Formats: sequence, C-alpha cells, structure tokens
Amino acid sequence: MSIKNLFKIAMNALLRNKFRAFLTMLGIIIGVASVIAMLGIGEGSKQSIQSQIAGMGLNLVTVVPGSQQRGGVQFGASTMQSLKEADVAVILSECPAVKLATPEVRGNGQAVFGALNWPTSLYGENESYLEIRERSVTNGRMFTDREITSAAKVCLIGQTVVTNLFGLGADPVGQVIRFKKIPFLIIGVLDSKGLNTFGQDQDDLLLAPYTTVQKRVQAITYVQSIYTSAVDASSTGLAATQIEETLRRQHKIKASDQNDFTIRNQAELLSTFSSVSNILTVLLGAIAGISLLVGGIGIMNIMYVSVTERTREIGLRMAIGGKGRDILLQFLSESMLLSITGGLIGIVLGIAASKIIGSTMSWPVVVLPSSEILSFAVCTIIGIFFGWYPAKKASSLDPIDALRYE
Amino acid sequence: MKKLIEIISLKKDYYIGEVTVHALRGVNLSVTEGEFVAIMGASGSGKSTMLNIIGCLDKPTSGDYILDGINISGLSRNELASYRNRKLGFVFQTYNLLPRTTALDNVELPLLYNSTIKSKERRERAIAALESVGLSDRMHHKPNQLSGGQQQRVAIARSLVNDPVVILADEATGNLDTRTSYEIMSLFQDLNSKGKTIVFVTHEPDIAKCTTRNVIFKDGLILRENAVTDRTNAAEVLASIPIEAD
Repeated sequence: MSIKNLFKIAMNALLRNKFRAFLTMLGIIIGVASVIAMLGIGEGSKQSIQSQIAGMGLNLVTVVPGSQQRGGVQFGASTMQSLKEADVAVILSECPAVKLATPEVRGNGQAVFGALNWPTSLYGENESYLEIRERSVTNGRMFTDREITSAAKVCLIGQTVVTNLFGLGADPVGQVIRFKKIPFLIIGVLDSKGLNTFGQDQDDLLLAPYTTVQKRVQAITYVQSIYTSAVDASSTGLAATQIEETLRRQHKIKASDQNDFTIRNQAELLSTFSSVSNILTVLLGAIAGISLLVGGIGIMNIMYVSVTERTREIGLRMAIGGKGRDILLQFLSESMLLSITGGLIGIVLGIAASKIIGSTMSWPVVVLPSSEILSFAVCTIIGIFFGWYPAKKASSLDPIDALRYE
Repeated sequence: MKKLIEIISLKKDYYIGEVTVHALRGVNLSVTEGEFVAIMGASGSGKSTMLNIIGCLDKPTSGDYILDGINISGLSRNELASYRNRKLGFVFQTYNLLPRTTALDNVELPLLYNSTIKSKERRERAIAALESVGLSDRMHHKPNQLSGGQQQRVAIARSLVNDPVVILADEATGNLDTRTSYEIMSLFQDLNSKGKTIVFVTHEPDIAKCTTRNVIFKDGLILRENAVTDRTNAAEVLASIPIEAD
C-alpha cells in the first residue's frame, strides 16, 4: 500500500472521531508548546547573561592582588599591596596576547556640587580604560596622557551622578565638583550602561587619571587592580598565562611559592554563568518533556482503544489481502499523524506562548529553530514508539478471530 | 472443466487446552470452474472450518488443498494474504463494510492491497463492480444510508472487484429477510451464469436449492453430496413474493 493511501486511510479514521483525536492530540500539543516555551525562557536568560557579560568586555582579563601568607598568617586579598604601576608596563611589553592594560585605583566618597551631594566611587584609570571596558564618552573628551603624567584634577562623570548632582539631561562639562574636598574639573560624560548582571549601577562613578587618585585622593603607591584586554576573545586564556608568568618573574616569586595575585578572565565567568543557565534550561526542558511523555502515553492508550474497536475492520482487511505489515503501517501512520499534527500545532502555540511570556513579563525569551526541530523530531519518535505496540497487536491478530469479534 | 479447488484427505485439529478437537477428519472435495456449490451442515459439523481453509484464512493440520493449481498448505502468512487478495472474494453474513465510508471506497478496498493497480484503474473497476450489482445510483452512500440487501450487494461488489477465481460466501443471506435473500441469491445465480465459481455456506435448505450442488457436512466429514436436480430460479421466486407494504 502506498504512503499516500496509508495517510488517507489514517486521516479518515481520525476524522471519524474528531473530538477524541483532538483530545489525544492535546497532550502532545501542550507537551510540545511547553517544551518550546521552557527552552525559550532558558535560552533567553542564557543569552541575556552572555550579552551582559560580553558588555563588560569579552576580552577582559583582570589581575587583582591575591591572598598571601606571611609568617603563617593568611592575609585577605583586598589588603594586599602587591600590584604596582610598573606591573602594567611589564605586562604591556612582555605579553604579546595583551593589547591594552590599565591600572585601577578606587576611592569611595561624597561628590559635592553646590548644595547637592551624592555618594559615589572614584575610579583612577589610564587612557586605555574606555576601550578595555567597552565604554565611550558621549559628551566632552577623555583625559590625555599629559593629564595622567601631571596628575591633573580632571574627571569624567557617569549618568547617575549627573542626574543626582545636576539634574536629568543637564550638561555638566566645564563644571567643577568636589570629591573628598578635592575639586575636579568635569571634562566629559560617560555613556549610559545601566545595571550589570549583579545589579550594580555601572553609571554611578567618576573617572579620573589613576595618578590623580593615587597621589591626591588616596595617597598610595600601589594599584588595586589591573585591567587588561586580550587581542581577541579567544586568546584570553593565553593572555592570562602570559600575565601569570610575567608577574611571577616581576614579583620574583619562587617556584614553590603561591602567586601574590589572582587572574580572572571573562570567558571563565561566562562559562560559569552559561553552565548555570544550561542547568536551568535542562531542568525546565525536562519538566516540559515529562508532559510530552504523558501525551505520548495518551496516544498509546487511544490507539489500543482504536485497535480493539476496529478488530472486525482489521479482520476484514486481512481477509481481503492486507498483510500484517499493511495493518501495522496503517495504525502506525495513524499514531504518527496524531503526534505530528499535535506537534505542529504545539510548535505554533509554543512560539506564541513564548512571545506572550516575553512581552507580558518582560523576560528575555529566545525560541531557537533547533528547539522547534528537536520537538518535531521527538513527536515523530513518540508517534512511532507509542504507536508501535498497539499497531503490532493489530497486525498479529488472527483474521478468523478478528472477523468474529463482537 | 478445470478443477479450481481440490481438497485431498484434509484434516484439521484444534487444541483447546489438553483437549484435541477434530474439526475435519479427512475430507475430499473438488470444485470445478463454473460451479455453484452450497456447503451445508449443522453447527459444529465443520463447515465453517472448511470455509476458513478454502478461504486461505486457516491452514490444514494435514492433507492437501490445491487452489487454482497451487498447493496452499506450504505457504506463509504473507503469501496467503496476497493469495486471498488475487484469487478469492469474500462475502460475510454481517457484510463487514467499513462504517462511515462510501460504497465506492468500500469496494475499492481489496485493490488498495494490490500495488500493481493504479488509482485510476482502481476507481474504474470499483464503479464497474457496483454497476454489476445494480448499485450505480448508490456509489457515494455510506453503509448506514443503505438497506441490509443493498449493503450485502456492496459486499458482493467488493468480492468481485479483484476478479477472483472463487467467491466464498459465509451465510450471506443469514441476516436478511426472505425476499431480500432471494434478491441476493438471484444476483449470485446471475454471476454464476456469467461463469463465476461460488462456494456458499448456508444452513437454509431453500437457499441451498438455488445452487448447482449441495455438500452436507456432519461431524467433520462429508455426509453426502448431491447435484441439485430441481434447481430454484431465485428471480422467479422473487417475482412470486409480494412486496410487503410498510
């Protein structure tokens, strides 16, 4: 029997019991729709985390002071003063995988303008900062090499600080604000980046030459961290290795001693968060997959009922020349038609549900074509798998008994 | 004339638990081309088992059954299925039409299992078969829109559509009233006169009189065989039965 005829017969058989066919399909429809929506939510959160981390600079490799042991006492990393300005120069000259590097010195305090004040952080950086952290100046300019050398009292200002000291949308360039009683001339305004993955406001900052922060604000000679940028995202691992070797040499660390610094790269952070959201996706998908399985069992159940109901039809088909294989394929194509039709409707509903969830709850939902193909394939397999036993039962009936079945 | 069916010392045993039932105990029977044979007997006499074996639905325990020159005893399940499809036509007591399926589609059914016949030829042959049983105006009716006699005629058309060598009828008039029974018998006689070989199982002596030869079974053996001398012409009987007003 040709495939066209098989599906014609299957279609007619299902149309004889439209409501029953619909209810059976409903299991698959709900299963597939929830798989697609759940995978969409999982994928959406994964992509949003990835894009936020990428927004912090995918090429970023960070060096911070490491914890150290002195006389048997383990000191906290933040109290260490192991990183120096000279390390930046050495990294730039000896690590070919590093393109840019900047020291960072931080200070917290009140920024004051006229009668208004605002608690914020002052970051001391060099001129490579903008490129390393993937930021830009929307208004005004970045400080120059010269201003770094002379420890000039100039700063760039983040949007949050602008809003709180000058009012929304005001232009503060050329104004002088005070930070820890030191006057800073505002030479530029930084672009707005919003909150990062961890909920920190990336616009609540002042940016000044690191020399200024070191000498005039904090009165220190060390740097608190070093931000470097690898030549590309794939060489962050290589850059980290080169920086480690260079700094061990520079800091004269013996082979038996541990590092007095820690290197982090964004790729690691990215893979950590990706694995978390992958687990989330798998979990959501598995729960939805269970409903798909239940839908498959529903198909199996209804196919058994159908085989029993149509025992005499099976007997007749066998008597007039239907082989076991023909009967098997007939019932198999019926269950496949149920599951595939249900699957297609489910895919459409799943995409619609994802869109609705995405827009009403403002969650990032991304439906990948691969999840559509996956659920379609799973449906087809379910149709074959759960249709097989009822179809096998039908095909192995004895025609004489089947014809006499009441 | 050519022998279409030849049955030689055929036995059939059934095993129900530890009890062996000897349904057929060594039957010899032959049917030649153009015959209209009635198989008769009380229930349990073995006539249904005989028909199942003639219909290639069951295999004998021992003995030979040669249908149209081929010994059936050694064939597999699938080979039997295609044999039924090409050589035999079945008519059942309960019609066994597919519900909610038009007469035309029901008649086409046997040809669907013959991949050498294309859909156009299938339709043409089904239409011709329905015309030959006088149902050309009921082709697109479904079984529940047809009377019992009409349904049985659709079933006869279905048994004719693959041009079988033998038509097997199992109590084909068992569910019908007298008038309709003679209508169906008249149709069978008509087909027989056009050369169709028919094997007809019945327990009604009046109906058996419409055939050319009666074979009476008892306890798994043929009790007697006799040619019908005073053959009933079903069409004449039909004319004499008044149409009941209802």
